[in-house]
Amino acid sequence: MANEVIFKNLDLDRLWDIEQYRSRGGYEVLTKILKEKTPPGEIIDGMKTSGLRGRGGAGFPTGLKWSFINREAPTDKYLVCNSDEGEPGTFKDRDILRYNPHALVEGMLIASYVINAHRAYNYIRGEFWEPYQRFQNAIDQARAAGFVGNNILGSGFDCELNVHLGGGAYVCGEETALLESIEGKKGQPRYKPPFPAHVGLYGCPTVINNTETLASVPTILRDGAEKFRDLGVENSGGSKLFSISGHVKNPGVFELPMGTPFSELFELAGGMRDGSKIKAVIPGGSSSPVIPGEVMMDLTMDYDTIAKAGSMLGSGAVIVMDDTTCMVKVLDRMGYFYYEESCGQCTPCREGTGWLYRIVHRIENGQGRPEDIDLLMDVQNRIRGKTICALGDAAAMPVAGMLRYYQDEFQYHIDHKRCMVGADA
Amino acid sequence: MSEEKTITIEVDGQSLETKLGALLIDVTDAAGINIPRFCYHNKLSIAASCRMCLVEVAKVPKPIPACATQVMDGMVVQTRSPMALAAQKSTMEFLLINHPLDCPVCDQGGECELQDVAVGYGSDATRFVEGKRVVPENNVGPLIATDMTRCIHCTRCVRFGDEVAGMREIGATGRGEHMTIGTFVARNVDSELSGNVIDLCPVGALTSKPFQYRARAWELTRHTGVAPHDSVGSNIQIHTRRNEVMRVHPDSNDSINEIWISDRDRFSYEGIKSEDRLAQPLIKKNGEWTAASWEDALEAAASGLKEIATADAEQVGTLISPTATLEEIALAQKITEGLGSPNIDYRLRQEDFRGNSTAVPWLGQSIASLEHVNAALLIGSNIRKDQPLLAHRVRKAALNGAKIQFINPLQLDLHFDAAQMVSDPAGMVHNLAAIAEAAGGSHHLTEQIEVGEEHKAIAAELKDSESAVILLGNIAQSHPDYTILYGLASVIAKATDSSVGVIPVAANSVGAAVLGAIPDHGLNAHTMLESPRKGYLLLGVEPGRDTNNPALACAALKNAECVVAVTAYRSPCLEETANVMLPMSAFSETSGSFVNAEGTWQSFAGTTTPAGESRPGWKILRVLGNLFDIQGFDYNSSEELLGELKESHAGGLKITSLGAAKGKIRSVVTGLIRVGETPIYASDALVRRAVSLQKTKDARDATVARVNLSVASNAGLSDGDKVAVVQGEGRAEMILKVDAHIPDGCVWVPAGVPGSESLGDQFGELSLEKV
Amino acid sequence: MNALEIKNRDELFTPEIRAEIDHEIAKYPEGESQSASMAALRIIQDVNGGSLTQERMDEVAAYLDLPPIAIYEVATFYSMYEHKPVGRNKLCVCTNISCMINNSDQIVEHLNNKLGIKFGEVTEDGRYSLKEVECLGACGGAPMMQVGQKYYENLTPEKLDSILDELE
Repeated sequence: MANEVIFKNLDLDRLWDIEQYRSRGGYEVLTKILKEKTPPGEIIDGMKTSGLRGRGGAGFPTGLKWSFINREAPTDKYLVCNSDEGEPGTFKDRDILRYNPHALVEGMLIASYVINAHRAYNYIRGEFWEPYQRFQNAIDQARAAGFVGNNILGSGFDCELNVHLGGGAYVCGEETALLESIEGKKGQPRYKPPFPAHVGLYGCPTVINNTETLASVPTILRDGAEKFRDLGVENSGGSKLFSISGHVKNPGVFELPMGTPFSELFELAGGMRDGSKIKAVIPGGSSSPVIPGEVMMDLTMDYDTIAKAGSMLGSGAVIVMDDTTCMVKVLDRMGYFYYEESCGQCTPCREGTGWLYRIVHRIENGQGRPEDIDLLMDVQNRIRGKTICALGDAAAMPVAGMLRYYQDEFQYHIDHKRCMVGADA
Repeated sequence: MSEEKTITIEVDGQSLETKLGALLIDVTDAAGINIPRFCYHNKLSIAASCRMCLVEVAKVPKPIPACATQVMDGMVVQTRSPMALAAQKSTMEFLLINHPLDCPVCDQGGECELQDVAVGYGSDATRFVEGKRVVPENNVGPLIATDMTRCIHCTRCVRFGDEVAGMREIGATGRGEHMTIGTFVARNVDSELSGNVIDLCPVGALTSKPFQYRARAWELTRHTGVAPHDSVGSNIQIHTRRNEVMRVHPDSNDSINEIWISDRDRFSYEGIKSEDRLAQPLIKKNGEWTAASWEDALEAAASGLKEIATADAEQVGTLISPTATLEEIALAQKITEGLGSPNIDYRLRQEDFRGNSTAVPWLGQSIASLEHVNAALLIGSNIRKDQPLLAHRVRKAALNGAKIQFINPLQLDLHFDAAQMVSDPAGMVHNLAAIAEAAGGSHHLTEQIEVGEEHKAIAAELKDSESAVILLGNIAQSHPDYTILYGLASVIAKATDSSVGVIPVAANSVGAAVLGAIPDHGLNAHTMLESPRKGYLLLGVEPGRDTNNPALACAALKNAECVVAVTAYRSPCLEETANVMLPMSAFSETSGSFVNAEGTWQSFAGTTTPAGESRPGWKILRVLGNLFDIQGFDYNSSEELLGELKESHAGGLKITSLGAAKGKIRSVVTGLIRVGETPIYASDALVRRAVSLQKTKDARDATVARVNLSVASNAGLSDGDKVAVVQGEGRAEMILKVDAHIPDGCVWVPAGVPGSESLGDQFGELSLEKV
Repeated sequence: MNALEIKNRDELFTPEIRAEIDHEIAKYPEGESQSASMAALRIIQDVNGGSLTQERMDEVAAYLDLPPIAIYEVATFYSMYEHKPVGRNKLCVCTNISCMINNSDQIVEHLNNKLGIKFGEVTEDGRYSLKEVECLGACGGAPMMQVGQKYYENLTPEKLDSILDELE
């Protein structure tokens, strides 16, 4: 059941070329929609039926998001694709850009048609130079074939498609920070409301979708929304790209139906490396709270199950850690990441991420104080739910997660000024 | 509209009626419910970033910022519930962890929003044991002191620059904890409104440099006052300690200055304590200035002028500064009249007096209404520098889509979108006549006028606008063809159904006009100097700096038999030409009244005692009147005098025309013509002596002569050359700057600045010589 | 120091660079050339030896008709812009979680020892500089680094040695 949607052409040579993409029915759906002038509402209904939820991490239903746009608004409308993949542990969008860029081009064009956007941007993180070139090449090929530009396939529909390269800022993965960045400003998230569907890029109605979300669209519409939905489980339709990294034998990106048991994904990744023992799993990117390995082995990979276990499916980025891993050191590094990447705009995140990092860093370096664990819990709680964007929560949640399951390791560090892992084992 | 719908919300159990869509924080503020805040400011856009105003709203799982929450019917809000208080206290703790808490050495101490809010929401002890953030400083100029380590990143200053000052000079560079508010590089903040960030800054990060370490907030006594420079009449607070003005702050008045003041209004107080202050009466004896008693000096002044008046009253002339108070002007009028002279004037920078002189030059509408115009044509106006807060209103109109058009003898650096038609002074007349013709009016000029597409476009713009205004600015009023410009403006206004007005030059230009301090069949400010008098009474006038033609003024005064100067300052020209100098109190030392650009009468009290032996101007004039034996000088207070003035002069201002645009165009020259703008910090005696303002870019930029590249090449000159500006006998050496803002045929040579005393008409013919 | 006296727009940069920036500006709607600020800074940084200076940033601001502070804000917000000279090969080593648990410490240590520089430093010959970066989205190939436009994955000390030799 693997590789049903985005990776279905993975067996082809040079699958990023338009001829190869078209040999498997690529651009047929777009052509059909434009020829038949399919009512946008019909496409939105299809997306709703498919159960596709935003693959960037927040999981918002895609069809519903598209339906928020007033197609008849007198201003311009914009479609923006979020390829600012930066959540630690996530590396799936890079593969889409490299291996199936035309699915994304087609998905972006269809979405633009639905919301009546004549300009679409793909925001690709600046470090992804090679994936960017692959994608830009796909745009150029699509333009040459008449799929991009004015009066596409004689339909009267115009759509320009361009890439905006990022400059190195995790926070730009947040949709409104990303819009600010396209406007040539610092990537500081905007306060919502108003939401981008009303006031987005250049103040116009805008839809922002993740790369994987948009790249799934052509297949969903071609093969049927129900078929896609039925790949997955209740409330988590379709299949999903899972990035798995860490101490597994074969890290990589795997396309699996939603609801696949974690153990299956784990097996596909070859299990633990060097016969080591699984200790913990971060199931949905570094912002998602850690789950002990033995708990994880009983879970399935879908939104509800992971949420019930106290974490998040997020971007589907799974980081597997073995029993040699010091959780204090892991949190120290994650804390540094959020401290480095906070945009600085709002107080709790600007000040709180640095505080969290410094406390954990002290503990890791043998300078922990008895009150530090309580302080960590309290500071993370004071950030949570009080910031403009989700970065504050993203920085706070892993702290709570670590302390939930691995408080003893922190306590040991504080008491003994050294690491418990491997200490007396 | 649904926005107007009245709804009811509940805050802390209290039911409040308000409009749908209003901001929660505005609603609670109006109801007297205090929600702490730092980034929110009702004159700035919403940032919602400090997170201090988080409150609990029923059915919302997380605390939300009151500053960014629009109220809805039935909304139930708790500002002090456990959730709200916990959120507010969390923010307070985060704000304080990296704040230096150096309140004892911080200028903001005692008037610090962070300090105030910390009392209510902070904790006694810190849980933060790490090292605090330290931010390196950049010098941002002579007016604003920075200590960015204290900054709490509210971004009010950044938003002010962008949204109000119209100049993005301050920004937030870096990110996260390393984000720093500032200019990033060592670069001055140059906006003429920059000082307002001092008031906006909730902490001691941005404070007043001239005031630095001078006093504590709680030592200061606050007095209300009126700013004495431009014609806005901004409401101010004068803060004094032990009889000394320590600083000036804005006082809010939404219909005049809102909550802002210009840097000129804020920092000019430094001029009060200038070394130039005249501390005691002086009499010139055998060419030497000697100290005299008040009695002797007044006697000398009175007898000198009386002798001349007795022989021929027409030989006496009175020149009044347009920054003098109503009370002073009225008494100077009475004296002049009592001596039998018809020669009195306040229009010191005006050259062209051909029009109807009884017309009161005023805005013709309210200051606040300027921001609602759909189109404006500004003639001869550097409004941004001459009248910063009127420019702010016009800017607001422009941001709302109003079409703003300038006709000027120089290209302006503006902070809003506007079209600028730039030409030499004579070209301004032609352009205006062409617009008049395009609008369907007749211009009465004998010259051939060519009407171009651009003229038609302006005429059409004015015609098509629901509310259009035509205004003549400071430059127009010094223009050799002011009367014609005004006449043409009136023609255009009539043809396009626009209103027409004058932007009065100084704090009390309108007041002087209302009182009629102009000659009735006598000599005006120009002819009084052109046909020299034997005796002059000068009220607050520095002849070398305050007049349209200082060379003419100084020559006339030098040859006079008796020049009595009532003045707060000594100046070279007065020392050379006057016979008696009577020390007058300066700004803040006297009570008085001004009438501003929109005709509002505003009075103020004296707040400090006059320096040295100086006395309030109205008292000096009262005694002089008595010495002249003129009736009706027995006022016990300035209020008594004001009461009389109000009775006879108050009432709405009318829009009266200066008359038809007839006559010869005088600004036509064969060679080069001077564009003699009066720069912002050279406008009057007080500001010229404000040392910090004199260090600003605006002041430094006003020390050079400017020409465009083609004028420079034709004259064989280049940028940086030392040149002599020659006007008749007058000669001033300056550095030449090549500047594309200056049109062909023109040389920008500022008036009112050091070195300009020997020059002639502000807009007169000149030549350039390489030195 | 005064603001740079800005020349005419067509006196800034070479015609080739202007064309490149103009190509970026053309991607955005009329009047939205600020959108090209990031691309313009990238282009200028590349031709300026890999880092920016105040003068270069002021030129970018002038070219895009923006106040300089708007450019400083952008240039200091995004981590790919450099404000100090870098080596001809800027080695950007990821030390984030997946790389860390795959021994990125060892990679960093190897580079420290071999090149004699730490993060933020440049070798004396200007050939290499070292930079610690956050997750580059290639966790499946951890540990990894980026040099120029290229990703190098599954690094080992031995592999590093041969990569370093290839970089001029």
